[in-house]
Amino acid sequence: MVQYGFYYDNSRCTGCKTCVMACKDYHDTALDVAYRKVYDLEGGTWAKDANGTYSTDCLFYHLSMACNHCEDPACVAACPTTAMHKEKDRGLVLVDDSKCVGCGYCVMACPYNAPKVSRDLGHSVKCNGCQDRLDQGLQTICVMACPLRALDFGPIDELRAKYGDNAQIHPMPEPSYTKPNITIKPSPAALDPAAANTRVANPKEV
Amino acid sequence: MSEMLPAVSRRTFVKATGALGALAAAGGTMAASEAVFGNATQAHADEPEKLVWSQCNVNCGGRCIFHWHTKGGKIQYMTTDDIGDDNFQARACLRGRVMRQWVNNPDRLQYPMKRVGKRGEGKFERISWDEAVQTIADKIRYTIDTYGNDSIYVNYATGMYSATGRSVERLLNCVGGYLPMYGDYSTGMHQYVMPFMYGIGVSPYENVSASSVDQAQNADLVLMFGNSPADNRMGGANVVWDYNAVREAGPEIIHIDYRLNETAAGYPSEWLPIRTGTDAALVAGIAHELIKNDWVDLDFLHRCCVGYDEETMPESAKGQNKSYHSYIMGLGYDKVEKTPEWAAEITLVPAEKIRELTAKIHNAKAMFVVQGWGLQRHSNGESATRAVCMLALLTGNIGKPGTNSGMREAEPPGAPVGSLPSSDEDPNGAPMNMVNAKISCYSWLKAIDEGSDFQKELDATDEIALFMGAQNPEMAEAAAKIEAPKNGIKMLWNYAGNCITNQHGDINKVYEVLSDESKCEFIVGCDTFMTDSAKYCDILLPDAMRAEQLNMSTNGYSEYYWGVTVGGPAQEPPFECRPIYDVHADIAEKLGVRDKFTLGKTQDEWIEELYKAGAAADPEMPSWEGILEQGVFKRQLPTAIAFEANVADPVGHPWNTPSGKIEIYSECLAKIAEDRELEGRLTEGQVIAPIPLFDPGVEGYGSVTDEFPLYMSGWHDKARTHSSFGALEVLKDYNRHRLWINPLDAQPRGINDGDKVRVKSPAGEVEIEAHVTSRIVPTVVAMPQGFWHDADMTGNKLDKGGCINTLTTYVPSPLAHGNGPSNSIIAEVTKA
Repeated sequence: MVQYGFYYDNSRCTGCKTCVMACKDYHDTALDVAYRKVYDLEGGTWAKDANGTYSTDCLFYHLSMACNHCEDPACVAACPTTAMHKEKDRGLVLVDDSKCVGCGYCVMACPYNAPKVSRDLGHSVKCNGCQDRLDQGLQTICVMACPLRALDFGPIDELRAKYGDNAQIHPMPEPSYTKPNITIKPSPAALDPAAANTRVANPKEV
Repeated sequence: MSEMLPAVSRRTFVKATGALGALAAAGGTMAASEAVFGNATQAHADEPEKLVWSQCNVNCGGRCIFHWHTKGGKIQYMTTDDIGDDNFQARACLRGRVMRQWVNNPDRLQYPMKRVGKRGEGKFERISWDEAVQTIADKIRYTIDTYGNDSIYVNYATGMYSATGRSVERLLNCVGGYLPMYGDYSTGMHQYVMPFMYGIGVSPYENVSASSVDQAQNADLVLMFGNSPADNRMGGANVVWDYNAVREAGPEIIHIDYRLNETAAGYPSEWLPIRTGTDAALVAGIAHELIKNDWVDLDFLHRCCVGYDEETMPESAKGQNKSYHSYIMGLGYDKVEKTPEWAAEITLVPAEKIRELTAKIHNAKAMFVVQGWGLQRHSNGESATRAVCMLALLTGNIGKPGTNSGMREAEPPGAPVGSLPSSDEDPNGAPMNMVNAKISCYSWLKAIDEGSDFQKELDATDEIALFMGAQNPEMAEAAAKIEAPKNGIKMLWNYAGNCITNQHGDINKVYEVLSDESKCEFIVGCDTFMTDSAKYCDILLPDAMRAEQLNMSTNGYSEYYWGVTVGGPAQEPPFECRPIYDVHADIAEKLGVRDKFTLGKTQDEWIEELYKAGAAADPEMPSWEGILEQGVFKRQLPTAIAFEANVADPVGHPWNTPSGKIEIYSECLAKIAEDRELEGRLTEGQVIAPIPLFDPGVEGYGSVTDEFPLYMSGWHDKARTHSSFGALEVLKDYNRHRLWINPLDAQPRGINDGDKVRVKSPAGEVEIEAHVTSRIVPTVVAMPQGFWHDADMTGNKLDKGGCINTLTTYVPSPLAHGNGPSNSIIAEVTKA
């Protein structure tokens, strides 16, 4: 098995959501289902200065994320039916539709907000790494869609060798928790210690 | 989030997992709703996939490349440009990627219709194509016979870009012509005024007066005035990608903007917050510091420019303290010294920051100054847009590597193929516009309202030609002959556009003027959706999408490369939708001019001919058969440096101005200002200034009141291209339409993030969700433009769609008669 994973260049990401829409179009998902999501992180305040002008420490960046096809996927551990499983060839975390009962434990367990129970289909749905495209020798739809060329997908060892092994920017959890197969190049904003105080400013969009 | 899950256990989990909380808590609140497209049964699963090339066709400046994947004659999904080098691909943005949902939308217009309710009410009745075509032909004939060709107007519209996408002008030219427009809604003020400074021929759509973005890689300082390609020009071959390369090349970038825009996402330290509409005051404050410290490039200013100081003032203005220097130092005009402290009060930028920025400008070996187009879409835009250019001129950062003119980045010089001609050169009865009047694209509503009282309008070239007189007798003579339309506008043609209401201005006023059906007697529209503008049409036609016909299109105007794509149809037009070319050919037939219109050619044959003409002039382009096979041809363009030849040799290559130099002081503008004042054409607060000064403008700085205490502006955001794509639920759900308000303004109003609020201006009122965010400066609120107007126009007119043009006033700008008020609004926000 060669474990696959994502690379995400947060220093290039403009939060345009092309990755989200390309994925939705290709996987033909329902309106309220997105396998990839873009979070807007905002922080900072404003203060009025004595002379009538203002100053701010406003902080702002995006986070685009799908499934991190973790080494120790919390969703797999939580699944009571073994529907959620790690596939053998590329280590993709997949849902076996025939076993899934739509209980939603995976949704609760995943710290990355990746799986969702489809109301229409009655089972969990999530990023499958565009397995069918990979089988044809193609790249995932989101990687090929990104106008900023900020995404990559492939054997995670190769990606880590190329891009480093940082796997966390706020508000992602400690990588030790599920060992996500993702490597991230942070933007200056995400590297700022104050990033820890930012909030997700678009909760209704994710 | 699934409603099956007990919220309590989720919360408990989130609490327990600490740092994971933010993501998990944020997740899953997206509302569940009916799946229109999702989970479609794969009816054609076993059929072979067919691939069809096409392009996006809207007006963001780009035209990204689509590769439709079809089965059984139906589009299944799309991929995008994956040809050649990864770094040179016109990858579609989020909007393009959901084009399938536009093409296959259940709300598409399906049949020709005639209006049965009031204009604006949206009540229609299905009619046959024959009745529609006959009615339109009869109305054209009647309008020409009764009021003249100059009473037929083709409204500004940009929802369709394709080589054969616009054929109405050709149709009308087959029967004598129509009232033409000058300018556009994107760049009206900028486009009109820049020739007075940089010369006739200068426009936002070429690569002589502006540098290509790659030049910014050679700069050590990049000043972006309200220029955020990541909000609106987001395709993979569009400017957003070019600026990414600039950032990675290392110059310092400063975004001067009233909001922390998407281009600065991840780089908040690049943001220099400024009050909307006050950029010219910041420039004046910087100019003051440059002058005070003796940091201006006097040699350049004297060698290449007119009007910086007394030394180069024209005779007519000498000794009167009318130079730019006199304005800045408080000797002329308002006689106020433009110190950083003066600028700070207006702009909200602290004086210390202005001094720091001035030092950075002085220390830069090469500075790339560039502005977006939002800044000039203010009531003071005609002055402000020139003011930004002053930073390049004062420091001599123009004409050299790493510099720019202050205008928006260079655009490609045309495209590899032409488009359907609106007139033909053969004089013997060929289609040609015989009308000798023109109006600003924003003036049509006035021309309808005022009828025969409507005053003559001239474009910038006409004005300069008249001023130059004997210097340029042919042009002056032609300009002198231009008339006003005799009866105003009696028939309005609206194809693939939403500029009757949504994208125009002061929607409530439009409703009032168009409700009087004796003024504009007939409105014909053709579109794919029931847009707000479509509701005003007397006959409404259902258009076929470009995915439903053979489509040829090129690189967009803001993508710095050359390309052409040919392909289609990917699927057949649904219901009774028809390609507009065929419809116009049928109307031409009823008018007895079918052959003149078509020259015996189908749309497909025109495309073939247009392609072959382009290929004949360019040996690198594939043959017609070749392009049908490969779909896409593209080529990189060489870099461009603004006014490189002129700056290197100003005597041998003079600017195309009356003086042959860059006119910081324009005698011509001084004369126009005098004339318009005498004619009583300037309303309260309107200024035409010969130099690029700061004037607050109508509903600009200082105009807020107790009733409307906030400044308001709009921007072009990712969810729509103007109003195109505005019907798509998926884009609305993932990019919520929100009013941005600073916490310091929200708190005293009791407004929390996510609250529903009312925004009221002197022109109207909208309802919208509030986004309380530090990404916007205090005292200013803003919302993206283009959201679809949704109001009961026979009732309270409250716009629950949140269209910004419910709030804009209709006061055409003083010089260009353009849509200056677009971003100049005063307002109050209250909890709904």
